[in-house]
Amino acid sequence: MIEIDHLTKRFDTFAAVDDLSFNVREGEVLGFLGPNGAGKSTTMKIITGFLAPTSGTVKVDGHDITEDPMAVKSLIGYLPEGAPSYPDMTVLEFLEFIAEVRGLTGDEKVRRVQHVIDQVALESVCHQTIDTLSKGFKRRVGLGQAILHDPKVLILDEPTDGLDPNQKLHVRELIRNLAQDKIVIVSTHILEEVTAVCTRAIIIANGRIVADGVPHELESRSRYHRAVAVSFSREFDLRAALEGESGIADIEVRPDEPRSFTVVPEPDTALFDRLMTLSREQDWPLEELYVVRGQLEDFFRRITTPDRQAAAAAEARQ
Amino acid sequence: MGKTGIIFRRELAAYFTTPLAYVFIVIFLVMNGIATFDMGGFYERAQADLQPFFNFHPWLYLVMIPALAMGLWADERKTGTIELLLTLPVRLGDAVAGKFLAAWVLAGIALALTFPIWLTVNYLGDPDNGVILAAYLGSWLMAGGFLAIGSCMSAITRNPVIAFILTASTCFLFVVAGSNIVLNAIPGWMPQFLTDAVAAMSFLTHFDAISKGVLDLRDILFFAVFIVAWLVASAIVIELKKAK
Repeated sequence: MIEIDHLTKRFDTFAAVDDLSFNVREGEVLGFLGPNGAGKSTTMKIITGFLAPTSGTVKVDGHDITEDPMAVKSLIGYLPEGAPSYPDMTVLEFLEFIAEVRGLTGDEKVRRVQHVIDQVALESVCHQTIDTLSKGFKRRVGLGQAILHDPKVLILDEPTDGLDPNQKLHVRELIRNLAQDKIVIVSTHILEEVTAVCTRAIIIANGRIVADGVPHELESRSRYHRAVAVSFSREFDLRAALEGESGIADIEVRPDEPRSFTVVPEPDTALFDRLMTLSREQDWPLEELYVVRGQLEDFFRRITTPDRQAAAAAEARQ
Repeated sequence: MGKTGIIFRRELAAYFTTPLAYVFIVIFLVMNGIATFDMGGFYERAQADLQPFFNFHPWLYLVMIPALAMGLWADERKTGTIELLLTLPVRLGDAVAGKFLAAWVLAGIALALTFPIWLTVNYLGDPDNGVILAAYLGSWLMAGGFLAIGSCMSAITRNPVIAFILTASTCFLFVVAGSNIVLNAIPGWMPQFLTDAVAAMSFLTHFDAISKGVLDLRDILFFAVFIVAWLVASAIVIELKKAK
C-alpha cells in the first residue's frame, strides 16, 4: 500500500506538487494523468526517493521515504522518464549490474536476468551496447531493469512514450500481466492507454488532484456520455427535425462531415430510443445511428484547462 | 564495501569499454616521458633518482585529472542515469565513493605503468627504492586529491567542459597555495594564522615532503582528509542540484 499524505514540493516559489493526498492498494493499476508540467513526474520522483518533499509524507508498505529510503527503494521498481541507462554497457551487463545492486547473486541473479530478458523480449540484442539500440529496445531495457527484482511496487513514467503501435500494445500487455498483486503507477498522456490498462485514474493539474476514479466512470463524466452519433445518406437538416425536443444539450456537426452529427444529451438523459423512434416516424435517410462512449479526452480537456472551460461556458450563454 | 564495490566495478569497466582509459593511459605515459627525459634532464643530472619524474606530476595532473573527473557526475546528469542510480537501493555515499575509487584506480594503473622508468633507473644506478616507492604513493595520493575536487566540480554542472575548467583552476589554486603568487595576494593586515592555513593547503609542500621519502603521517593524513572533505562536498552538491 502506498500512502501519500499532504505531499507538497516547491521549487523556489512555484509549487509543482500542491498538497496531494491519495492511497494506492495492492492490485491497483493507477493511471496518472495530467498535462505536461502538472506534477506527475515530480510526484513519481518523490515516491521513488529521488527528490525530497518540501512537506508531507510518502509511505510505501509502512516505510516512510524520508526516514527509511533504502527499504522503500528496495520495494520499488522505477522506470524514469526517458528510460535512462548507461549507453556504453551491453544489455546483459546493464541488467546484471542492476541485479547486483538489487542484491541478487549467483543462480538467482542469472535466473532473474534471463527471465526479464524473455519477458521484455531482449534476447536478440543481449550483447549489443545500449547506445546502438532503437528507441523501442531502449525503453524495454528500462522496463526490464524496473521489473528485475519482481518489485511489489512498479512506477513507470511514460512507459510507452515514443514507441510504435505494436510496441505500445506489447508494453500494455506486459503491464497488465505484471499487475496482479502489485501496485502499479503509470503516468501517461495517452488517454486510451488508461482505459486499456488502468483500474483507476487520477488526473492532476497544477499539482492538485482534479479527478480520481475508475476510467469508465471518468468517461461517463464527459459531456459526450451517452451522446448519439447520427449520419445520413444525403443532406438532412437534423436541427430542424429535432426542434422542440427536450433533453438535448447540443447538436454538433462533425468536422469535415456535413452529414454526420453528434447529439449531446443533457445530463442523465438517454436519447437513443427517442431518436430511433423519431427516425422511423419521420423517415430519416439514416445511414448510422449509435451511442457514443464517453470520451476521457473530452473530460480531461475540460477539467485541466480552466480558461477553455470558461470560454465554453461563455459561448453557451450567447 | 558491498554497494560501493558494485558501483566501483561498473565504473572501472566503463572506462575500459570506451577509449577513455586507453587514451588517458597512453597520453599520461607519453607526457611523463617527455617531461622526465627532455624537460627534466634525467640523464644530464646523472643522479640515480626519479626527482625530475615526480616533480612534473603536479603539473601533469593539472591537465590530466580534470579530464578524467569531468564526466563523473556531469555525464550522469546529462543522460538522466543519475535518477536511475539514486533510486536504486544505493546510498549516495556509496555512489560517490564508488565512482571516485574507479577513477582513482585508473589513475593508479596509469601511474603503475610508468614502471619502466623505475627499471631504467635501477639498471643505470643504485637508487633508494624506498624513496621511489614513497614518491609513487605521494603522487597517487595527490592524484586522489585532484580527483576529489573534480568529483565535486563535475557535480556542479552538467557540462563536462565547464567541469574541466573549474577543476583545473581549483586544482591550480591548491598546487600554488604555498607559493608567493598566492601568499602575496593575502593582505598584510590579515592574521598570520590565515596565511599559514593557506600555505598549509599547498599540494606542493605535502607532495615534496613525501616524494623525498619522508613519509610523515601528517602529509598522508592531509591528503586523506582533503579527499574525504571534497567527496562529502560532492555528495552535498549532488543532493542540492538533483532537483534541476
